[in-house]
Amino acid sequence: MPDLAINQIIGYVIICIGVIFDLFGVLGLVRLPDVYNRLQAATKSVTFGSAGILFGVFVYSGFTSMGFKAILCAIFILLTSPVSAHAIAKAAHSAGIKLTDKTVIDLYQEDKELQK
Amino acid sequence: MRVFRWFIGLIIIAAFLVINFVVFTNIPFNYKLINVLLFCSLFILIRVVKGPSVADRIVAIDILGILIIGICAILAIALDRSYFIDIGIAWGLQSFIGALALAKFLEGRSLDA
Amino acid sequence: MKTETKSRIVVFFLSLLVWILITMVFSIPSLIAGVIMALITAIFAGEMLIITERKFHLKRVWYTIEYLVKFIWELFKANFNVAYIVIHPLLPIKPGIVKVKTKLKRDSALTMLANSITLTPGTLTVDIDVDNQILYVHWIDVKFTDIEQTTEFIGGRFEKLLEEIFE
Repeated sequence: MPDLAINQIIGYVIICIGVIFDLFGVLGLVRLPDVYNRLQAATKSVTFGSAGILFGVFVYSGFTSMGFKAILCAIFILLTSPVSAHAIAKAAHSAGIKLTDKTVIDLYQEDKELQK
Repeated sequence: MRVFRWFIGLIIIAAFLVINFVVFTNIPFNYKLINVLLFCSLFILIRVVKGPSVADRIVAIDILGILIIGICAILAIALDRSYFIDIGIAWGLQSFIGALALAKFLEGRSLDA
Repeated sequence: MKTETKSRIVVFFLSLLVWILITMVFSIPSLIAGVIMALITAIFAGEMLIITERKFHLKRVWYTIEYLVKFIWELFKANFNVAYIVIHPLLPIKPGIVKVKTKLKRDSALTMLANSITLTPGTLTVDIDVDNQILYVHWIDVKFTDIEQTTEFIGGRFEKLLEEIFE
């Protein structure tokens, strides 16, 4: 390991935390039972992980052009990934994809049937 | 049965992490982190191949787009070139628009309304 | 001054600032290119940023900072929650879709509320009914199904701050 400045060490720590949360999110994508649960775990953890990696790049490289680009990209991810998540969730529900057997309650379906 | 499968998964992930971080010592640390992210995208490809419905595949592709932004960021500090983050921004934009278009297609509406 | 013109001027200076920050080259040709790009952005997409007539207020900046701090804290909690559920061998989930009532009316405030709900522990916005002001929320661990309690538990964390910032 070569000599690193203190901000570079902190940057590497943040990048490692981001990589670990990426791994958790992808595990959730594989393990959980239906589309909505997968969407929850994957969107939260992978968004946080990738934004963490980008923030770590900002801390690593300081106030240079690379750092500001990384901050811009992190803000962009945090704003857009929830929007695409609930677009997919709404489309999946209206395409009639079933929730899992463990589901307790589905008020959305009841309201849809009331409106017909 | 479920606990058994959980145990097998734990063994696979632990074996990968040991091989990646302990066995090979001559690889730079940045490339080891990229290896972990590529291992994650292998799980995503499992979901793309196996997914029982169309929505599962769309979710997996959307998540793959966000993961690749992370890979681009680590490549930028590994090679010390800042244009990799530009590639990441463009990739994120295209992935977002693609996910919206696929969601609209799944809902059954036409793409221009 | 009209709201549209004010919005265009704000967009011009913001995009010029972003150009200077991401290029970090302080020469005359680079700055001229940046001014031209910022003008094009302000002409074509300038009128969409500021649409309210309200005056700038120092209190709103304070509320924005408070909202950001609370949002990042909830994001941390959400991720540890997901990590606990994913690692647990028996998958302790109890999913369901519940309703949340909201008082917000503006589109920007509703979008920010939906995004905040999606990135906080265990919840994901599925649909918005704008006329009745109801959010349909997928909850990974349903604790109560009554609309009053869910409104207080899920929406109450951000609603007051967003009302101060956007309305």
